[in-house]
Amino acid sequence: MSEAPLKRTPLHAAHVAAGARMVPFGGWDMPVQYTGILDEHRTVRGAAGLFDVSHMGEFECNGPAALAALQSVTTNDVAALEIGQVQYSVFCSPNGTIVDDLTVYRLATDRYMLTVNASNIDKDYAWVTHHAKAARWRNVSEQTGLIAVQGPKAEALVGRLADQDVTKIGYYRFARGAVAGVATLISRTGYTGEDGFELYAAAADTPRLWTALLDAGRADGVAPIGLGARDTLRLEMKYALYGNDIDDTTNPLEAGLGWVVKPAKGDFVGRDALEKIRAEGVRRRLIGIEMVDKAIARHGYPVRKDGREVGIVTSGSYGPSVDKYIAMAYVEAALAAVGTALAVEVRGQAKAARVAKTPFHPSRVKRA
Amino acid sequence: MANVPKDLKYTREHEWAKQEGDSVRVGITAYAQEQLGDVVFVELPKVGAKVTATKNFGVVESVKAVSDLFAPISGEVVEINGELSQKPETVNQDPYGRGWMIAVKPSNKGEWDQLLTAQQYEDFLAQAAH
Repeated sequence: MSEAPLKRTPLHAAHVAAGARMVPFGGWDMPVQYTGILDEHRTVRGAAGLFDVSHMGEFECNGPAALAALQSVTTNDVAALEIGQVQYSVFCSPNGTIVDDLTVYRLATDRYMLTVNASNIDKDYAWVTHHAKAARWRNVSEQTGLIAVQGPKAEALVGRLADQDVTKIGYYRFARGAVAGVATLISRTGYTGEDGFELYAAAADTPRLWTALLDAGRADGVAPIGLGARDTLRLEMKYALYGNDIDDTTNPLEAGLGWVVKPAKGDFVGRDALEKIRAEGVRRRLIGIEMVDKAIARHGYPVRKDGREVGIVTSGSYGPSVDKYIAMAYVEAALAAVGTALAVEVRGQAKAARVAKTPFHPSRVKRA
Repeated sequence: MANVPKDLKYTREHEWAKQEGDSVRVGITAYAQEQLGDVVFVELPKVGAKVTATKNFGVVESVKAVSDLFAPISGEVVEINGELSQKPETVNQDPYGRGWMIAVKPSNKGEWDQLLTAQQYEDFLAQAAH
């Protein structure tokens, strides 16, 4: 591991004061749990939880060349994005593998914001400024805090503190406004499968926003949530995690992200390679797995069919809301159909599993 | 400081052992379950299996981690806690009671004296904390 000291979010002191268990994550000292992963997972599904995701990176991309720049480095069609809208997308390398996954916000005609994974901030910033020089780029990660409010009570909680009617903000839409008197970008997005928001604020204001949300939500059972539950929540939705399920050896088509690859928009980095893969058909697919035998499939465990190795597990755990041992894995494309019987090799033993319908847990995001 | 009952013996891998008649009951300590976090899976040997002191006899998994279980003493497994396959969280709730894991009929009585006393285990935990 690197010798560099771990970075801290603006909420680090609040986590320590709350008794969170802190762990290194992507170069950051982050809370993995407060009361316990299962308890926190259920809090999000049953009430609402607050996540400190200030470690994530934010870039601004501005100027008359911004649209063309973003079209050239992302796979999705940025021209389709309206002001006030958010788009999930991917940066690809020339050979079609994934540099990072991200969201793109259209702030104004020629102004965009990109949110990238914490562990990839430096790599991504070098990437975009190299491949899309014509736009004006600014890395605003350090001065930007980010709090996710997720769960069935998120809308009421944010609504109570906001200076506007947040029920009007549709899924993958955002608005500017004050929450608890703090200037925020209120984004109806998330990584849990629950309705909710991600609130961007100045780093210096983020602790005040965190405290206000906690205080206003306490009576409703709202609590802070660590990275442990963030992982089990996203796993139940089969949302890919960069570094686990997708990385620079996987492409978006096999990862089930073909819906954000839009070759018709024109050229972009990775387009030719992805067009070729699409024409030839993917060799493997990222699928959901449900264990039949009692065992937990973990990242890196081999997947077998009749003894033959046919894939590899990328994420796996106990799914608290589905009460099953679940996983994500790449398997040969011919074995990706729901119901296909497979085995996962757990400590040298073949454990029965099958391809599961995903998401494992029904999504409750608020679609328009 | 974690709860360390006086009447048990301990290993440096955070298992406890308790003499009950001619068998020894084994589990993991309060400190161990707290470090693991929510236990969601426990894999135990079958009754009749042989276990060897300091060697792996099973696995306990939390949401985030897989940890080996090490036998405090050698012998034959005469009983396992079947409840843990349905309710692994019992290990968190009652590590010294209903969260026990296996009972072993010792094959080498001399091994008992090699185990840590409660005081030694507490000192070991105190050292580990620094």
